[in-house]
Amino acid sequence: MESAFLIEKGVIILVVFGITMLIALYSTFAERVLAGYFQDRLGPNRAGPGGLLQPLADGVKMFTKEDFIPETPNKLLFILGPGLAMTTALMTSAVIPWGRQLTIFGYTATLQAADINIAMLYVFGVISIGVYGIMIGGWASNNKFSLLGAVRASSQMISYEVAMGLSMIAVLMVSGSLSIHEIAENQHGFIDWNWHGHKFAWPSWYVFKQPLAFLIFLICAFAETNRTPFDLPECESELVGGYHTEYSSMKLGFFLFAEYVNMFISSAIIAIVFFGGYNYPGMDWVNAHLGGNLATILGTLVLFAKIFFFIFFYMWVRWTVPRFRYDQLMNLGWKILMPLAILNIVITGFVLILTAS
Amino acid sequence: METPQSSYIPIIIQAVFAAGFVATMLGLSHLVGPKRKSQIKDENFECGIKSYGNARIPFSVKYFLIAILFVLFDVEVIFLYPWAVNFKVLGIIGLYKMLLFMGLLLVGFFYIIKKGALEWE
Repeated sequence: MESAFLIEKGVIILVVFGITMLIALYSTFAERVLAGYFQDRLGPNRAGPGGLLQPLADGVKMFTKEDFIPETPNKLLFILGPGLAMTTALMTSAVIPWGRQLTIFGYTATLQAADINIAMLYVFGVISIGVYGIMIGGWASNNKFSLLGAVRASSQMISYEVAMGLSMIAVLMVSGSLSIHEIAENQHGFIDWNWHGHKFAWPSWYVFKQPLAFLIFLICAFAETNRTPFDLPECESELVGGYHTEYSSMKLGFFLFAEYVNMFISSAIIAIVFFGGYNYPGMDWVNAHLGGNLATILGTLVLFAKIFFFIFFYMWVRWTVPRFRYDQLMNLGWKILMPLAILNIVITGFVLILTAS
Repeated sequence: METPQSSYIPIIIQAVFAAGFVATMLGLSHLVGPKRKSQIKDENFECGIKSYGNARIPFSVKYFLIAILFVLFDVEVIFLYPWAVNFKVLGIIGLYKMLLFMGLLLVGFFYIIKKGALEWE
């Protein structure tokens, strides 16, 4: 094993880790500012210029609160719950390609921690482990509200995981690869489209090839991250705080923070799988005329712009759509999204066979 | 495309890093915060009412049903992954075979719906 490889990957992991933390931290701030804007009020503006230090103040407050463990026979599991939720949230970013190659002093580095050929499976696997954090935490709290919240949360998450996996299959049929890096590379360039003699050039993003899969994936991503309109696990009016009722201090912080990290990661996956990732119109031109490094850096910036749009979209939906009822949630997941995803697979299969022959 | 084993090393680094970060933060915040214990404070939260019994109570069997159905359909999804990746190689024959498989599964799915396993009243 070369040490250069390890150092390269270590640096990438550290930088991505820092960026993830920063974005998750400031997502909480952005959410509150946007909520203020949507509801025609000011939002947080006291800590620092324009309230910019608010997330830091929140973090320090969380950090220095009493680390309270209620009367429960499962103290170890009680601590393990939020730890597991946060660890799995931080794990997914390992396989996400943040850009192409960057050449620094003759050394070429790929902006991706682990380029593995089963990246998509890895993502789904890690997401599945995330359910355990919530279930363990809620169950170990020894509180009825927490238990109900945890049962609801895990039931909801596993239901939507099925539809999510099925919607991804149609994309895999088109891409022919499980590697996220290859999926991103496949979306490079344009599709020429001839419509009544008019020539159009579309970016070859998968959202144009798989609009239905995108829609299903988006809805499931909302449900998987427990965001409104699917935030039944922490439905305040019925369950106090849901699975994190008994938590305080950094353990509560991790549960809440994991939600924002998951939001960032799922936005990244949506941006890469359906919206071309780091590809942008004119990438080849920049690459040829201004150098590969600039093309890569621009690509990474474009990717982050797409990610920020989806984080904004999450918040937009949160302050627009009311919460579902539990039976509506289950009906949507099992009776609408799942058959639709299967239908999408069948249609994709026939279209692919017809266009190939 | 085959991935060399060394490509998985960054994942291990990331896992160690994430777990280390989480453990350190939890440990530090445990040391920093105040600690005051009393019998009433340690009780579980019950909306201000005196709590009674413990929370190991039975809950609706629907949730178990959902979990069992999830296992069934998630296995289906796992079967579909290798098929989807090799779809272009397998061609029309592969599509027919998978349609047969999914058809059988959908029969079961409709049975479940007709039985009312997914009804939430």
